[in-house]
Amino acid sequence: MLTYILRRTLIILLMILLVSSMIFLLFRTMPGDPTASMVDPSIPREARQALLERYGLHESLWTQYTIFMKDLVRLDFGSSYFYTRPVLDVIKDRLPATLILMFTAMIFAYAIGIFGGAWMAWRRGSKMESVGITFGLIFRSAPTFWVGLMVILLFAVRLRWFPAQGMRTTGYEGTTFREIFLNLDFLRHLVLPALTAGLYFLATPMLIMRNSMLEVLSEDYIEMAHAKGLPERRVLYHHAARNALLPVVTAGALFIGSAIGGQVLIEVVFSWPGLGREIVQAVTRSDYPLAQGSFIILSTLVMVMNLIADVIYAFLDPRIAY
Amino acid sequence: MNTKFTSEKKRTAKKPARRGFQGRRNSQSFFSIFLANLKSDKLALVGVILLIFFVFVGVFSESLAPHGPRDRHYTEDRQIRRLESPSLAHPFGTTDVGRDIFSQVILGTRTALMVGFLAALLVTFVGSVIGIISGYFGGMVDTILMRIVDFFYAIPFIPFVIVLAAVLKPSIWNVILAVSLLSWRTVARIVRSQVLSISKRPYIKAAKVAGAGHARIMFKYILPNVVPLVLLEMAFMVNWAIMAEASIAFLGFGDPNLTSWGQILHINFVSGYSRIAWWWTVPPGLAIVLLLVSIFFVARSLEAVVDPRLRKR
Repeated sequence: MLTYILRRTLIILLMILLVSSMIFLLFRTMPGDPTASMVDPSIPREARQALLERYGLHESLWTQYTIFMKDLVRLDFGSSYFYTRPVLDVIKDRLPATLILMFTAMIFAYAIGIFGGAWMAWRRGSKMESVGITFGLIFRSAPTFWVGLMVILLFAVRLRWFPAQGMRTTGYEGTTFREIFLNLDFLRHLVLPALTAGLYFLATPMLIMRNSMLEVLSEDYIEMAHAKGLPERRVLYHHAARNALLPVVTAGALFIGSAIGGQVLIEVVFSWPGLGREIVQAVTRSDYPLAQGSFIILSTLVMVMNLIADVIYAFLDPRIAY
Repeated sequence: MNTKFTSEKKRTAKKPARRGFQGRRNSQSFFSIFLANLKSDKLALVGVILLIFFVFVGVFSESLAPHGPRDRHYTEDRQIRRLESPSLAHPFGTTDVGRDIFSQVILGTRTALMVGFLAALLVTFVGSVIGIISGYFGGMVDTILMRIVDFFYAIPFIPFVIVLAAVLKPSIWNVILAVSLLSWRTVARIVRSQVLSISKRPYIKAAKVAGAGHARIMFKYILPNVVPLVLLEMAFMVNWAIMAEASIAFLGFGDPNLTSWGQILHINFVSGYSRIAWWWTVPPGLAIVLLLVSIFFVARSLEAVVDPRLRKR
């Protein structure tokens, strides 16, 4: 198991290098003068030259690449043109907000999805089941940003239950992690974006859980459990649900990639100061080091989450040996 | 149909060149099963009807839309019809600069369908070709191709598309390219696993022994057997592409010259009126949901054709 995790970690490191190279090339080979978007072309020629040299943009592509890779290994993503401070610091500020929102939504979605899916399989053919399926399908087909807009319209503007945007009430400046995240004001701001993201995540675990439960419920050992006279609830959650979980975990792993995409949109709609919103703003402002850095961190996040899902899978299914 | 079958069989006996026959039979029964399914599966029927409706609106959008997407509308006393709620003249109301939302939504249908089908076509084509090659040759070729697939799985979709849209010029073709560049991986993986099992079958071995070339085996003998699966994946890819286009346009990286549902919502959100003008926010989103749900229902019915285990009800 340990060697497996080690091997996967090595592959992830290799992948990060590949993804970084790709993103480097993408930004450097774009049509037109790539330096124009990095250094303002309207400033005096000498000042511009000085800036180009400061950012190392006058070197050949290969030299730039080797410098870029060396810096990457030292976790140095350069400094943001817009914030004029190291990219890594900006990312460090933004990452917790993204992770908290994502995990809250995922826990919400998986808890409801797994129990809901199991229950739907149990009540197969009932009215409630078709309501559940339709509900899940609608939220899977609805664009997250639109659901976000509707949620804001209903809960923030009409009902005034929760704030519509940001992470804290305007004017508040927190510095430490505790000050920013551990209080009621933050939780109030978390509700709507987490709800939106959760509704989007919900359909996948719920529908897959239902399908795999249907398959499991027709197995002999479920009949055996019934024959033993076990209470329904125990058969459902102890015997069937446990074995039906596996495909849900696998699908969850593959789902993470698109989940991060949905996350970007939700952060934009709710002005949530996370990494997703930052990458959109960085690209709009042509702040390429920041866009690069955020992109590399987001891909790393996808890969690490995939690894975690695989490890969980191995724990759930004792037949899997690495 | 049976008589036609035997007559064709006789002819093939005379002319051994007509080997495409097997594939044709496959797809024929495929569609007849699909049609038979429609009779029992009401949701699929609803999906097909909705989809036909959307395609109709998309094809004739220019003549159906009562106004141009950028026309400004004025009241009798030369005032701009700013943020008017739905009325007979403007069924979905007007925007903050007096544009007709109903026409914009109708014109957006074409963009959504075009991106959806073109991207899906490109993705399924590339994905199936790579999947077939990978599954058929196996060994080194398979390993290398699947590592490339793994690489593309590690890239977060929306952030990549944002970066690509920023680097390239914002146009509808670049959106299609960006979507296709990252989505073929799914199709390739699914097709490959199917091909792996098909290429072990005796008739493929027989074809090899008979001296058929690689290309002939892959595209004449294997391809017809994965066509139903590929069609199913294509339906899912249409959904995926439509959603992706809407997301990119919503973020403001879409084609500025083309009216699309995502773009309507982008302007709605950026202008800040998404909190007031519900008639501006609801229609484009609802259109996306309805189109995607209808394609999903059709795909689900296709799934039942592909996988006989699902054909219970």
